[in-house]
Amino acid sequence: MTDVLLEATGVTKRFGGLTAVDDVNFSIPQQSIVSIIGPNGAGKTTFFNILTGLYKPTLGRVAFEGRNITAGRPDRIMKLGIARTFQNIRLFGTMSALENVMIGQHSRMKAGLFGSILRVPSVRKEEKRVREHAAEALEYVGISKRWHDQLAVHLSYGDQRRVEIARALASDPKLLLLDEPTAGMNPQESDGLTALMQRLRDDRGLAILLIEHDMKVIMGVSEHITVLDHGEKIAEGGPEEVRTNPQVIEAYLGKQASQETP
Amino acid sequence: MAETAAVVSPAATEPPPGTSRVPRGVRIGLTIAACAAAIIVPLFIDSGGNVMNNLVLAAAYIVMALGLNIIVGFAGLLDLGYVAFFAIGAYTMGYFGSGFHANAGGGEGLHILVTGPAQNLPGIHVNFLIICVIAVAATTVAGMVIGLPTLRLRGDYIAIVTLAFGEIVGRIAINGDEITGFGTKLTAGRQGITPVDKIDLPGVERFTSLELRPWFYVALALVFIVLFVNFRLRDSRLGRAWIALREDEVAAASMGIPMVKTKLLAYGTGAAFGGLSGAFLASYLNTVNADQFAFSFSIFVLAMVILGGLGSIWGVVIGAIVLSVINNYLIPDVFNSLPSKIGLDFDLTELSFGIFGFLLVIMMIIRPEGLLPERRRKMELVEDVGTDEAVFEARMP
Repeated sequence: MTDVLLEATGVTKRFGGLTAVDDVNFSIPQQSIVSIIGPNGAGKTTFFNILTGLYKPTLGRVAFEGRNITAGRPDRIMKLGIARTFQNIRLFGTMSALENVMIGQHSRMKAGLFGSILRVPSVRKEEKRVREHAAEALEYVGISKRWHDQLAVHLSYGDQRRVEIARALASDPKLLLLDEPTAGMNPQESDGLTALMQRLRDDRGLAILLIEHDMKVIMGVSEHITVLDHGEKIAEGGPEEVRTNPQVIEAYLGKQASQETP
Repeated sequence: MAETAAVVSPAATEPPPGTSRVPRGVRIGLTIAACAAAIIVPLFIDSGGNVMNNLVLAAAYIVMALGLNIIVGFAGLLDLGYVAFFAIGAYTMGYFGSGFHANAGGGEGLHILVTGPAQNLPGIHVNFLIICVIAVAATTVAGMVIGLPTLRLRGDYIAIVTLAFGEIVGRIAINGDEITGFGTKLTAGRQGITPVDKIDLPGVERFTSLELRPWFYVALALVFIVLFVNFRLRDSRLGRAWIALREDEVAAASMGIPMVKTKLLAYGTGAAFGGLSGAFLASYLNTVNADQFAFSFSIFVLAMVILGGLGSIWGVVIGAIVLSVINNYLIPDVFNSLPSKIGLDFDLTELSFGIFGFLLVIMMIIRPEGLLPERRRKMELVEDVGTDEAVFEARMP
């Protein structure tokens, strides 16, 4: 069990009468890329929000490196090493790209109220280090220096997605959750992002959990795929297995007419 | 967001946000000039006159406005009950620096590091600097207490809770003369605690109500301290966290910013300056009177922040000076006789809040970002940046 990074057991989330996530068991091995797919409204993002502490699950348990993080505070979960991006980009609009990434390191910094007011040497050093680290993270995801001081919202859509990934990476996470990272990207940008994900896994030893609609990306990078529909896990396995699974095809394309009864 | 895809910045030469368009050298020059003027000009002003009185009040208001600026401007928590911190600071001064607790020390009084006539008076008399420390501690705690119930709330709801808190403190101040315990009243109600000890600093001549220049320099010292703290915090880890929380709580929390701690620090530091200014004003005005702590005062301070430019440190300083001059000089002294000259029978001072309201309306139409706007705020208002409605349910502790 030591190679399991994150384990979710029996996770259920109900909003009033609607069951958005229904008894899902799920695990992420160390240094792997796994994906969750499913039609719109299948509960993928809700599941993400449970993992990152934004939602409290109605039932079930989430463990990260063997530690129970069910319904932990989002900032604590981030500090433990789970960083995420958002489906609809949520950068801080009035901050530069660099400042956005610096926010990502908040939990790794120590400067307190009085240290900041007096700007003691350790705080000064820390600021400098964080600034450099943020610049490195931006370069790593492919944002060149000339954009670092630009407002995040002035960057192109694909670059904004990359800044969000850099912001998540800045905290040196062990697990990166990407919520539809290639949405709105052109094919070249998608390919670039696929390569980036592989680099993150192979060079930095990160595990990545991916929600994605682009099947080319999913099938290209995922080692393991989980399919959700109406909040339930309907299938899982390797890319080939999932692609040919009749239930998955049914969820995406509907039943064949001959099977419609009575 | 989707429609902005592939649109590359048209303004690639824009300076980074948070910095000014004005070159650094010019900014430093202006800052030094402003500070020097604040120090030198009062030397040539009549020390007992009305102008000096206005300068002292303006400086005290700047301290308060800069405190509120941390809560509202930096952290984006709309606080309509800021007067509560003024009250708590002032009552700290009243409790520890007047004859209010007449039975303290068996009628002889308690005296800690005080000189002059206060040494022999009954009541508790503690040195002004120590009172300042107590006032800061008391208001910081009060700020966090008011912060706690608002942590689950957003926007307008925060405003309502803080409004209620301000009213509660104001009501207690008014009716506190009927609440007794430990042989003393809670407050002196509308009658007011008076006289209050004058500021007592080591190595400085005794402060009097006739020579106002020393008061001004004490107030100016407070302004410098608060300015320094404001600038340092704005450009720190904490300042960034406040901006992040202001813009998007869910994203900020997901990026590792502890919401409770960060918000409470904003409330605590902001409140502390209100308390500091309150203690100073209590001593300067020589009274701690429940009528001073009306809701309208919260709005008065908030108007300074908004007029100057939310979040903009120099803007808030200017806003505080402008409103202070209008309130304490232009309306009562310059234009007060205007209605009677045109045959109307009322004082202009009765209309002062009407006039402030009118000014704010004009301001909102002509220059909603304030007299000297902060760049980030200006972007939010003018370019409609960073005001996306939160989509997710934020699960708060």
